[in-house]
Amino acid sequence: MTAKPAAIAVRKRAGLPDKYKLFLMALPFLLLVLVFSYGPLFGWSYAFFDYRPGIPLTSENFVGLKWFATLFSSPVQRAEVVRVMTNTIAMSLLNIACSVLPVAFAVFLNEVRVPWYKKSVQVLTTLPNFISWVLVYSFAYALFNTNNGFLNQLLIRLGLQDRPINFLADPDHIWLKMCLWNVWKTLGWSSIMYLAAISGIDQTLYEAAKIDGAGRFQIMWHITVPGILETYFVLLLLSIANFISNGMEQYFVFQNAMNRNRIEVLDLYVYNIGLGGGSFSYATAVSILKSIVSLTLLFVANNLSRLVRGNTIL
Amino acid sequence: MTQPKLSVKTSTAIRRSPGDVAFNTLNYLFFGIFTLLCVFPFYYLFINTISDNQASSLGDVMFYPVGVHFNNYVEVLKIRGIGRAALLSVGRTVIGTSLMVLASAACGYLFTKEKMWMRKFWYRFIVVTMYFNAGIIPWYLTMNALHLTNNFLAYILPSIVSPYNIILVKTFVESVPASLEESAQLDGAGYGTILVHIIIPLIQPILATIAIFGAVSQWNAFTDTLFLMSDADYFTLQFLLYRYLNEAASLAALLKSDPRLMSTLDIAHMQTPESVRMTVSMVVVLPILFVYPFFQRYFVQGIMIGAVKG
Repeated sequence: MTAKPAAIAVRKRAGLPDKYKLFLMALPFLLLVLVFSYGPLFGWSYAFFDYRPGIPLTSENFVGLKWFATLFSSPVQRAEVVRVMTNTIAMSLLNIACSVLPVAFAVFLNEVRVPWYKKSVQVLTTLPNFISWVLVYSFAYALFNTNNGFLNQLLIRLGLQDRPINFLADPDHIWLKMCLWNVWKTLGWSSIMYLAAISGIDQTLYEAAKIDGAGRFQIMWHITVPGILETYFVLLLLSIANFISNGMEQYFVFQNAMNRNRIEVLDLYVYNIGLGGGSFSYATAVSILKSIVSLTLLFVANNLSRLVRGNTIL
Repeated sequence: MTQPKLSVKTSTAIRRSPGDVAFNTLNYLFFGIFTLLCVFPFYYLFINTISDNQASSLGDVMFYPVGVHFNNYVEVLKIRGIGRAALLSVGRTVIGTSLMVLASAACGYLFTKEKMWMRKFWYRFIVVTMYFNAGIIPWYLTMNALHLTNNFLAYILPSIVSPYNIILVKTFVESVPASLEESAQLDGAGYGTILVHIIIPLIQPILATIAIFGAVSQWNAFTDTLFLMSDADYFTLQFLLYRYLNEAASLAALLKSDPRLMSTLDIAHMQTPESVRMTVSMVVVLPILFVYPFFQRYFVQGIMIGAVKG
């Protein structure tokens, strides 16, 4: 490393071999990766200390595996872990179940033969994918709040309901509601990939099937669906790898005092106890366990892919 | 209903049976309804922001605007901190995206050069970061140690190197004919010159694609402000909107305390917490709506390349 300044000085001249010249050009980007992607890994050491902001890590506050043990220390704590994991797994399972919807969306949209209608559907249903979850929540608030929300006003004015329902605070069916918002936001977008795969299917297959007298549904089921199954399978495997990482943004913006117990997924829990509650060390310990499980799932998905398709996803 | 008419067109290709007509009708109807569901929230917010604020807060504005005025859009700009937040949002989008695109172009090009010292190792060093994540607390502590809390650079630096985009660009560069580069090399051009004058002009389509996706994610970013910024001077538009949505009391107090917002206005045009929330939401979504039609073709291209890499 001491030779570096000299090397930079020489770079301008033609003398430096190409192989180092190329490396030096890439070096600034490698340093950024080192700092922002590898740097935080050193922070894992906080899980083995009783860290308080502002106090350095010393042998005095070293606690070993205490925080990992804390996770399962008391019945209350165990119930907490079970609650968070139930939420996490439930939402992941619902989202995986919904992953067939973009496939169906693409297959049926492919049956729409009027170009402008097909194009409009595609353009307008993709739009929600490009707005933030904060904005989605703003929509949800405008449509479902109890004061002047659209749905409550509609129900009351139609005489179907005498008093407003608090859709946003109600913890019932919160998993399903979160899943539906996710479908609303991503369905059109996810289907674009399948529509692209459909447009890559050999047209002669369709011609041949028509000549053989295959009906419309037979063509859809025996030609279109198998043509996009490969793409679906890859995405399904990736969702297994992300099984316990459902992100926190969506759940964070929708969480409130009433629904917190049912909406708190693992990523949100880590935030709530860590940056929200100040238990930095405990939250880090949870993060480490999560990373280990996630990496294991990634390898499982990768090996499954190799077994079934003869091709890895990594 | 226009459905029977539509199916006449398809009847030349496929025999038209009653079952076909029924299927088409249901199919068109389903896609029509889902499309309406996707668009309605945008429309609903918009008509509420241009309607009589009193009618809006009573829930009278449901399907069409009532008492149209554009005062909300003028008033919302007067709210303390909103101009600064807009500037930060635009700043991080423009600067962050430009640097990310340049870095992806440079890395995508450099990592195709087999001559590079330990090329494979360094390439994997970057790519493997897609598959692990230390967690938010270690990340926060790192950013804190680097003095990147309450610092605008925190919006820019971590997102400059994007492994996924580098893979996309590298794949694209590999398809550029090597002869173009070789002839430039014979003329004595260095790697930097070749990158700027030959490679970048040739890979513009992929750069446009990653620029759009990068810009959207910068504009929509919200959690980094939540984690790293405690000082209101660093709040972005997305974060302010989140605060307005969740802290009704402070929003009402803000409206009351600001004489500029309460002066001379009649009740129909007076700002309410609802009007502020909805107008700020529209301000946040309008840039996306404006650029959306122009960038259509890149979306499909972007996701297709992603699908190929799968």
